Amino acid sequence: MYEALKKEALKRKRAFEEDPRPIIQIGMATCGIAAGALETRAAFQQVLAERQIPARIRTVGCMGHCYAEPVVIIDHGASGFPPILYPEVNSGKAAMLAKLFLENGDPRLEHILGATKENDMIPSVMEFPRFNREKRLVMEKCGHIDPEDIYDYIAGGGYAAFAKTLERPGDTLIDEIQQSGLRGRGGAGFPTGLKWELARQSQGKEKIVICNADEGDPGAYMDRMLLESNPHQVLEGMLICAHAVGAGRGIVYVRAEYPLAVKTLEKALHQAKEARLLGNGILGTSFDFHIDIFEGSGAFVCGEETALIHSIEGYRGMPRQRPPYPTESGLFGKPTVINNVKTLATVPAILEHGAQWFRGIGTKNSPGTAIFSIVGDVTHPGLVEIPMGVTLRTLIFDICGGIPNKKGFKAVQIGGPSGGCLSEAFLDTPIDFDTLAEAGAMMGSGGMVVMNEDTCMVDVARYFLDFTQKESCGKCTFCRIGTHHLLAALEQLTEGKGESVDVNFLQRLSEDIRAGSLCGLGKTAPNPVLTSLKYFANDYQAHMKEKRCPAMACRPLVAFYIDLEKCARGCDVCEGCCPVDAVFTTPNRKKGIDQSLCVKCGECMTACPPEYKAVMKVSPPHLAPVIERPPQAARKGK
Amino acid sequence: MSENRITIFVDGKALKAREGEPLLKACLAGGIFIPNLCYMEGIDPLPVSCRLCFVAVEGRAQPVPSCSIPVREGLVVHTDTPEVRRLQRQGLRLLLSTHHVECARCPANRHCALQDMTRFLKVGLKPKTVYLKAPPVRSEHPFLDYHVNRCVLCGRCVEICKARQDRPELTFIKRGFDTTLGFFPGGASNPQDLKTYRACVEACPVGALVLKDSNKNP
Ligand SMILES: Cc1cc2nc3c(=O)[nH]c(=O)nc-3n(C[C@H](O)[C@H](O)[C@H](O)COP(=O)(O)O)c2cc1C
Repeated sequence: MYEALKKEALKRKRAFEEDPRPIIQIGMATCGIAAGALETRAAFQQVLAERQIPARIRTVGCMGHCYAEPVVIIDHGASGFPPILYPEVNSGKAAMLAKLFLENGDPRLEHILGATKENDMIPSVMEFPRFNREKRLVMEKCGHIDPEDIYDYIAGGGYAAFAKTLERPGDTLIDEIQQSGLRGRGGAGFPTGLKWELARQSQGKEKIVICNADEGDPGAYMDRMLLESNPHQVLEGMLICAHAVGAGRGIVYVRAEYPLAVKTLEKALHQAKEARLLGNGILGTSFDFHIDIFEGSGAFVCGEETALIHSIEGYRGMPRQRPPYPTESGLFGKPTVINNVKTLATVPAILEHGAQWFRGIGTKNSPGTAIFSIVGDVTHPGLVEIPMGVTLRTLIFDICGGIPNKKGFKAVQIGGPSGGCLSEAFLDTPIDFDTLAEAGAMMGSGGMVVMNEDTCMVDVARYFLDFTQKESCGKCTFCRIGTHHLLAALEQLTEGKGESVDVNFLQRLSEDIRAGSLCGLGKTAPNPVLTSLKYFANDYQAHMKEKRCPAMACRPLVAFYIDLEKCARGCDVCEGCCPVDAVFTTPNRKKGIDQSLCVKCGECMTACPPEYKAVMKVSPPHLAPVIERPPQAARKGK
Repeated sequence: MSENRITIFVDGKALKAREGEPLLKACLAGGIFIPNLCYMEGIDPLPVSCRLCFVAVEGRAQPVPSCSIPVREGLVVHTDTPEVRRLQRQGLRLLLSTHHVECARCPANRHCALQDMTRFLKVGLKPKTVYLKAPPVRSEHPFLDYHVNRCVLCGRCVEICKARQDRPELTFIKRGFDTTLGFFPGGASNPQDLKTYRACVEACPVGALVLKDSNKNP
């Protein structure tokens, strides 16, 4: 039966490829749409219609190159050029490309990123590290296939691994996964094969497979991207898991804040059912498997597996003590496998190429690839898939282009709110589950925030604590109240009121919250504090002892003043841009800042012409020299 | 749980216990006090949420909540190690930091779990920093007054409602530090419910739930 599907898929693919009309391929995942891909598509549509250009628009998911969105690839074979990738195609650029390239054959080389195929005319994108240093195993097809067309996935070999596994007994699949060394991509890196084995051995009936797509880490979006760009790969992983453990029911727990992912999934489920890849008697065998979607309502803690289960059962999303683990007693008390989206999406490739192949990628204890969403102070942010074991330096500087604006590197926060902040000393550490855990960070779900020298680590710790405190479910004492105390202390430090806060207090309370909390949220909530205390002790000391913020990021701890030596007589730029009229003119027609009015927005500093650079920022604030506001320069009109 | 009688060793003392019962229960029955708030017999699964009943179990690197450990033959337990006490004191201090100390006016005075534990753990009743919530009393429930700043959120009342009512009316609401007890509005009109709420009040370890005056007489 699978052969028939494959044949149909290849037939459709051939027909698509044999059509001589040019193809405009637009990335239309949430990220692309946010960057304006809908307008881009409309502009193409309009120009194609107006000028009767015979080109086809094909929408795909996301390639992970956030910095370049909206991304468009134009394949115009008749022009003699290879397919070309254009970054940042707004509607104007779209109209221009439609006219000049599609109509007149001029690819406007000044706008391209590169060709997507090797050729001797234009450099290929594969010459850029952002492309060639990656190893795409899970994301391979993302941004290249139409997520709303199951045949596109099948034509590229999709569901072949599952069709093959249907002929094998479930336990041999589990052996294969165990031998591959696959570890869960949802957080702690638990061995997936072992989890499946436990579920398979479990006595309970009516086993369940849950795909965890709650993805609540701020700044992480790889699960969304996979579901929006290639949902069938995730479904195939679930099918293989179901067959391996003997489950008849599956649920994708996806957060309601991902409407496009939900829509794409619904469509995928529908098409899979039509193709008899889901439902009763799958592919003509006696295997039955049904998948439903459950939309979570936006609580970070609901990503924790026991809270997730409560939430599906209709209760408040609160975790419970483990054991029993879900593989023994999960949803409605039934044996339940809960795996992350990326974990499941990795499974088809392992069964297709074998455990040994998978072990050949990555490191000994963390085989395979890791997907990171790299955001913050990097030149080329986005989603990156690399083999485990690549160093942070390679990832941040080579692949993602380093820190923009000639700033220095300060820290990288890995693993979201449960993760840690690592310093420059870790740049040459190979990244895998174990090295990160040793350093006090965590793979987490793969969020990575790069921070430049203008970042205050006390403030960063405060930010993450604020998040975990607000997202604590409130069930257990340490997480509910302990994180509140920790947050209050960090707030005092960033506001210059931290006289009574000391390092020991922060350290002890953090350790107690870690040891005392019920679930992973509380146990890992202090990580940002513990790691920043360890690797950025100076930041804390300065805030405590001198009320100084070394990065000059904490507003209450900085002041702006105007260097009268540098200030140009008669220039009024800073005065004009100050939103609170804190800037005044001195008797010799230079400027001063009234500290009692200044809100420290920094507008004057940005506005001061580069040839003067007269606005200075200092910390602690008392270092700013006092310039008296002359009486005649009282606030305008007041 | 089996009927098998087994022996465990707590602080050097041999205790008889029923195989599989919670370690906390076995210790309390054997006369060894372990601070606790949320434990109640007969709830499954147990909340394990107050995080006070920590003990050190040989073979485990970290202290564990004793209510979550089913006893088995030969278990060796220490209830008084520095790590255990440190966690218990920290947990109790955290609870007290959200507690309005007004013992003289509190119905739980002299049989209050917090008072007992402060004495046992030698922790002062009034910590340096206290965060209280406003308003201190919520009276929207037909039978109950809820004293927000006495509540330790152990969840006993919630569990009792869950066990006794088809559509339990007590639940936790809000998140993080703001988490509090909430009531689903509407029900609570039949006399059966009053019985449930009386049980909730009796189960409250700290006097946070009080029957409204009009309902006090049986
Ligand atoms: C507070 C908290 C949030 C979590 N959020 C997620 C999440 O969003 N997605 C996820 O896959 N796992 C999340 N996890 C981990 C899950 O509990 C679980 O370990 C994971 O889904 C197992 O999948 P894996 O074995 O494939 O990694 C979270 C854990 C905690 C403690």
